[in-house]
Amino acid sequence: MSIEATSPNSGVSGKQSAALPESWSRPPFIKNHLLRWGLLLGVVLYLYLSIGSLEVNWTRIYEGLDRGAKFVFGFMNPNFAGRWNDISEGIIESLVMTVTSTVIGIAISIPIGFGAASNLAPLPIYLFCRGIIALSRSFQEIIVAILFVAIFGFGPLAGVLTLSFATIGFLSKLLAEDIESIDKSQAEAVKATGSPWWQWINYGVQPQIMPRLIGLSLYRLDINFRESAVVGLVGAGGIGATLNTAFDRYEYDTAAAILILIIGIVMLSEYISGYIRAGVQ
Amino acid sequence: MTESLSPAPKVWQHRNRNQQIISWFLWLIGTAIFMYCWQIVSESTTWFFVWDAPRIAADIGSRMIPPRWSYIGDLLEPLWDTLNIATIGTMMAIVMAVPVAFLAARNTTPSARFVRPIALLIIVSSRSINSLIWALLLVSIIGPGVVAGIVAISFRSIGFISKLLYEAIEEIDKNQVEAITATGATGLQTLVFGIFPQILPAFAGISVFRWDINIRESTVLGLVGAGGIGLQLNASLNVLAWPQVTLILILILIAVIFSEWISAKVRHAII
Repeated sequence: MSIEATSPNSGVSGKQSAALPESWSRPPFIKNHLLRWGLLLGVVLYLYLSIGSLEVNWTRIYEGLDRGAKFVFGFMNPNFAGRWNDISEGIIESLVMTVTSTVIGIAISIPIGFGAASNLAPLPIYLFCRGIIALSRSFQEIIVAILFVAIFGFGPLAGVLTLSFATIGFLSKLLAEDIESIDKSQAEAVKATGSPWWQWINYGVQPQIMPRLIGLSLYRLDINFRESAVVGLVGAGGIGATLNTAFDRYEYDTAAAILILIIGIVMLSEYISGYIRAGVQ
Repeated sequence: MTESLSPAPKVWQHRNRNQQIISWFLWLIGTAIFMYCWQIVSESTTWFFVWDAPRIAADIGSRMIPPRWSYIGDLLEPLWDTLNIATIGTMMAIVMAVPVAFLAARNTTPSARFVRPIALLIIVSSRSINSLIWALLLVSIIGPGVVAGIVAISFRSIGFISKLLYEAIEEIDKNQVEAITATGATGLQTLVFGIFPQILPAFAGISVFRWDINIRESTVLGLVGAGGIGLQLNASLNVLAWPQVTLILILILIAVIFSEWISAKVRHAII
């Protein structure tokens, strides 16, 4: 933990004489002595207990080093060609799932985001929308994916629904926070012209949140691609299934090729979205 | 009505004609891409199962209630393992992430041309690969168990912590560093007295934030064999023991709320 990093320099101040102080020590990060030493003691105790309860099979790890070296070697010589059909199919399915789920997710998130903004929505709607956001945020994508696969059957649809559901928790929450911090006078000026509710939203609120909405959507597109590589592990479509098979067969060169593709696509999309965001803001 | 020949007053519009056309065109392309993607998804979906989904959801729902409370005795140890995976994993990540962050920050890196790109590559690789995939890889290399989970969590967290930390380092106040350097301090002393105190609050906040995320992620690592409560979840799912699944989900929910509460508390105390 970080907090006790500065704690050793304490108790110096008590020794200082009435004359000029001869030494100086940095003020500690946590001022309360009891809390500081208590935290330190707690951390040490916790580490002792937790490391004691670890069951480490050193021989297995030692044997694994060989495979680890093989993986690093595979990273140096990734094998794209061997299973190119599977890889390209998986990557395309992942990309398709990413686009579909981001669009559906945004379409659902915007009304929920408006509903979850306390300065726009009446209390019952506010609570309802905040409830949906909390529900979507509390479970990992993979758990939702398991449930959706059980309900909707194997295939990319379960993955798309999972990612859309996860998008709601992320996008609506940040959008609602942004709406809550808009400049009120602009919205009021539009209202003062006698505009009806939808014009008020369209001309008073929407222009203020648009740059952030675009930025967040692009960011979520990134996240959804990364997550789409994972939901395949439980049968919800995408590159994950191919990756899992590659690891199961100890085909580290194929696995490395897939990982390199994922990293490359993420870097590319991060670069493009940075470019677009700079243009919008 | 003498003025009926003059054109109607122009209604104010946000965009002019060309901008309007471009905007519609972009929307058209976007919609076309979405429809194309949706078609691909739709083709590889068995719609019969989807139409049957409400019935199946109701069926599973009815099997999930009530939770099998007596199963909780088997869950306490995996829960402890989950906590350890997240906490020790975060600590290991911090140890590895701090040097990377200093190498990646423009104002502290020893060489912006050679070292910085390497540090940034480490950050991107660590961030792009989900902790479950790291776990998959490590289970296949060092075998199933808690250790694979800890290492997976720490590898995934390096990128996150380094990225936020190097952004914090780049934003520090130069004057303070200069003041320390002016006293004749060595490089290490400048680091300890000039830079550390400035990034310490951000650093503590980032660490606790990542720990909170790691608690969530470590609950599912067991699905690929990397220890923790996910192992029990996987076992229960494999035998369709839905009442046990419910209990595990409730425990995960409690753990997530608890960690979020702690992290909010700590960050509130720091900032």
